[in-house]
Amino acid sequence: MKKNKSFCAYPYYVWMITFIVIPLLLVLWYALFKSENDSIVFTTEYIKRFFEPIYIQVFLRSIVLAVISTAICLVIGYPLAYILAGKTFKHKNMLMFLVIVPMWMNFLLRTYAWLTILEKNGILNQILRFLNLPTQNILYTNYAVILGMVYNYLPFMVLPLYTVLSKMDINLINAAEDLGANKLTVFKKVVFPLSLPGVVSGITMTFMPAVTTFVISKLLGGGQTTLIGDLIENQFKVANDWNFGSALSLILMVIILLSMRVMTKYEQENEGGGLF
Amino acid sequence: MNKIFKITLLLLSITLILSCCGQKAVPTADKPLAGTTLKVYNWGEYIDEDVISMFEDETGIKVIYDTFETNEDMYTKLKAAGNNSYDVCIPSDYMIKKMLDEDMLAELDFANIPNYKYIDEKYKKQVFDPEDKYSVPYMWGTVGLAINTDLVKDEITSWNVLWDEKYEKQILGIDSERDAIGLTLKYLGYSLNSKDENELNEAKNALISQKKNILAYVGDQVKDKMLNEEAAIAILWSGDGIVLEQTDQKFKYIIPEEGSNYWIDSAVILKNCQNKAGAEAFINFLCRPDIALKNVEYICYSTPHTEAYNMLSDDMKNNSAAYPPDEIIAKCEIFENLSDVEIMQKYSKIWLDVLSQ
Repeated sequence: MKKNKSFCAYPYYVWMITFIVIPLLLVLWYALFKSENDSIVFTTEYIKRFFEPIYIQVFLRSIVLAVISTAICLVIGYPLAYILAGKTFKHKNMLMFLVIVPMWMNFLLRTYAWLTILEKNGILNQILRFLNLPTQNILYTNYAVILGMVYNYLPFMVLPLYTVLSKMDINLINAAEDLGANKLTVFKKVVFPLSLPGVVSGITMTFMPAVTTFVISKLLGGGQTTLIGDLIENQFKVANDWNFGSALSLILMVIILLSMRVMTKYEQENEGGGLF
Repeated sequence: MNKIFKITLLLLSITLILSCCGQKAVPTADKPLAGTTLKVYNWGEYIDEDVISMFEDETGIKVIYDTFETNEDMYTKLKAAGNNSYDVCIPSDYMIKKMLDEDMLAELDFANIPNYKYIDEKYKKQVFDPEDKYSVPYMWGTVGLAINTDLVKDEITSWNVLWDEKYEKQILGIDSERDAIGLTLKYLGYSLNSKDENELNEAKNALISQKKNILAYVGDQVKDKMLNEEAAIAILWSGDGIVLEQTDQKFKYIIPEEGSNYWIDSAVILKNCQNKAGAEAFINFLCRPDIALKNVEYICYSTPHTEAYNMLSDDMKNNSAAYPPDEIIAKCEIFENLSDVEIMQKYSKIWLDVLSQ
């Protein structure tokens, strides 16, 4: 019986090896080896190049923007997930539907739509002008990039939070209330600590795509806020420096893996069932 | 919006191609190549799409048509696709040189391209293909400034307007490393193919000081942005500039007096092509006077084709944006392939420095 079951996983093994393991090995290969006079030598020069100030600056900017967007997602997403998970809200299904529907559309198209909304004579400014309010030039600034990230990745924050919150045992909350805790204390001492695994998965799910994005910064940042994702794309497409591009990807992956490791450890300590 | 349009078009063409799959043509005496397929790789919005179906009807060859946005995109895709890539490609000058240096192009058999005789001598024997063995000029043009004269009252003749404090956040830059740096070099009085460290550093500082005037660095979106009055001035390719001029009289396309980039896009056949006869038939078809005219009228760049030029309206023939006088062209330069990896990295780094300020 056991044998049969593992047999079922073979298609996935094939998939994983072809599309995940081999490409990763290729990245590793390009990042650490170069061909010199017809022989292939090990080199750390591409990894070292990352530590030049200009690249570090781009990297830090990516981290800062991703952290800000993740924080905003958490602040907006937590109450939303909380309402969705509650038993009392009437239009719960409708709201859930509205969270998921945007994910059915191509994310590139949705980001293009923001261009039309935010531009100088765009929809937002037309409305502001109609109301005699001062117009805003948000497009092509960091704010626009953060907005794009929050907009695109918010569902990834809401869904894990929703899962954890809706699984929560209502008796625990009832017990706390019976013992005299007010609503705030119940949230602080019971609901929030129990939802931490969801918070951790939500942060991971939002932070990772945010830190690696390149389309959002290119479109909404007007090409002026180069992020690490843009840099990597550029190495492959324009500079044609696959070695350095791979080195950048490798460093980014290592950093993400390390932070995931920390997060997973934290989750295990809290006995949560998270994403990883 | 351009992109959405393109995506729709792409989907439509995929559906079309799929719906055509049913019928299988067979070679006949007047259509010797019927039933074969030809894979063409061209810039986006760079052909009158009718031309493709006309070619299919006339020859029975099935055309698979794909588009790219930059020379570099095209190069990367060709490299990645290996042997199973395209037959005909239409890259620009410096990219042709690069592909030639890497032995990616096949020599053309001009016996199969009799319409080559219509191509003006002016556009032959260029530095990227000095013996005219590998490429057939398709379109040419320049890089310049589009000016919205409603918003810009001064007479603009020089690149220095890009540094004018009056136009803070009112200028659309060009999202292309080579063009952006090249034009700045030109403004500073150097060659746009400069490899000199000091000249390049000077260009970098100039670009950084220009940044406060730049609203965004854009590619394809430039026409829409200008039409919506998002910006007053834009750096763009001549074809886009002429489309703007034709859409609204308030737009003016100029080539600054310091000179600019002058480019030629030419059709080439890839070395690993699967259908060389079909590819040559296609290039020959593009050079047929009525087809060349159809294309140039549709995409608004400048044609190297003598007959097509003669058939253009007088307005267009005398349009100094599309067909600038020789003394202006003389000040413009063609991009050369940088070939040296260190110089290429230098360019990339300058551009990154500029963008991440």
